[in-house]
Amino acid sequence: MIRQFAWIDVMFLVAALRWTLALSAVAFAGGALIGAAVAVLRFSRLAPVRFAGAAYTQLVQGMPLLVWIFGLYFGLAIFGFPVGPWTAASCALSVYASAYLGEIWRGALLAIPRTQWEAGASLGLGQFSQLRYVIVPQALRVATPPTVGFLVQLIKDTSLASTIGFVELTREGQTTTAATFQPFTVYMTVAVLYFLMCFPLTQLSRRLERRLHGAR
Amino acid sequence: MALVEMTGVEKSFGTNRVLDNISLRVEAGEIIAIIGRSGSGKSTLLRCVNGLEPIQAGRIVVDGTIVNDPKTDLRRLRQKVGIVFQGYNLFPHLSVARNITLAPMVAKGMPEQQALQIAREVLRRVGLEDKLDAYPDELSGGQQQRVAIARSLAMQPALMLFDEITSALDPELTGEVLKVLEDMARSGMTMLLVTHEMGFARRFGSRVVFMHGGRIHEEGPAANTLALPKTRELETFLAAVLH
Repeated sequence: MIRQFAWIDVMFLVAALRWTLALSAVAFAGGALIGAAVAVLRFSRLAPVRFAGAAYTQLVQGMPLLVWIFGLYFGLAIFGFPVGPWTAASCALSVYASAYLGEIWRGALLAIPRTQWEAGASLGLGQFSQLRYVIVPQALRVATPPTVGFLVQLIKDTSLASTIGFVELTREGQTTTAATFQPFTVYMTVAVLYFLMCFPLTQLSRRLERRLHGAR
Repeated sequence: MALVEMTGVEKSFGTNRVLDNISLRVEAGEIIAIIGRSGSGKSTLLRCVNGLEPIQAGRIVVDGTIVNDPKTDLRRLRQKVGIVFQGYNLFPHLSVARNITLAPMVAKGMPEQQALQIAREVLRRVGLEDKLDAYPDELSGGQQQRVAIARSLAMQPALMLFDEITSALDPELTGEVLKVLEDMARSGMTMLLVTHEMGFARRFGSRVVFMHGGRIHEEGPAANTLALPKTRELETFLAAVLH
């Protein structure tokens, strides 16, 4: 049964958008948590720990996100651990995000001159205190624009969760297209909705950058 | 017992030997001017004293603590040994007050009010009490360097290290930083300075240490050694520095 694309479909799309946002939020939070740990690992005094951090980053960055999603969704089920689409998608996206966020933050930490660490150490601060009070606050300013930039990327990448039947914005668009046969209208609407999520973020990123510079 | 005692210290960066069999004793209250041309190892020597640079052989004891012992808690040592760098190295994201109170509060667990009290005190000593709320980039180079000195003093160190602290400053700003050093010298602080300020070394130095090729080439009472160098190398160096 084919029907016209109507307001009610837009409402359905907006409703599905909540899941895009939820998935983005979970993936970003998970990715931030693991990513921060990975970034810190790479500053360890122990070479094997640094290597583990680097290997993790390379491994994850060297594989397509879609493969991670399929791997978790279909792969784990074979070993007797069936996971739902929500779990599979949020885990895959978290892992994926962690490798990139970890790298962004490592770069931001590296951007702070070695002399700042030395100044902290010379005052009797331990390594953790140097990070917490001296390095991280300065690195945050450096890291904010690329972090928000990556968040925009991540929001768009949640669309890949549609491939395992997780109903977010893109999946809802596919369903709507199947019912209305108006792919152009439907996907334009979907595109506009993605844009409305991402555009404010890029603006925010710019504002934050300016404000952090103002406050040093 | 000497406050600083270096015995047979060796230090290399790769195959490049920077410190070669350095032995030096510094008694409490002494002011040691370390001079020599660039690359002679004088900055490295200074940075070994608070453990910023690891050494390959020899022994460094500061106030009874063996610096090069892996079991030594360098944090405790550094609370007693202040260092001021050529590039100031203030924390740009923190106000002058926070720059100074950070280490007393975090490393010593001092309450904020007490730390602020000390911050005011040390800022007064360097003549910048009105800059408590300023940020480093609002200050001139000379002011930043004086804040860096105040930041070190706030830890109430037993020993101060100065690594070419006036080299990035013009003569006028150099003067205001040297005045602070002179006050500290008069108050009896033990100081090790890597410096090109021969005037200061002559008037306030207890001893001069001339570094050449990673070794202590000549050493002696400040005024005497600068006036009557014994070795050809020091003579050449002094002629070059004093024009």
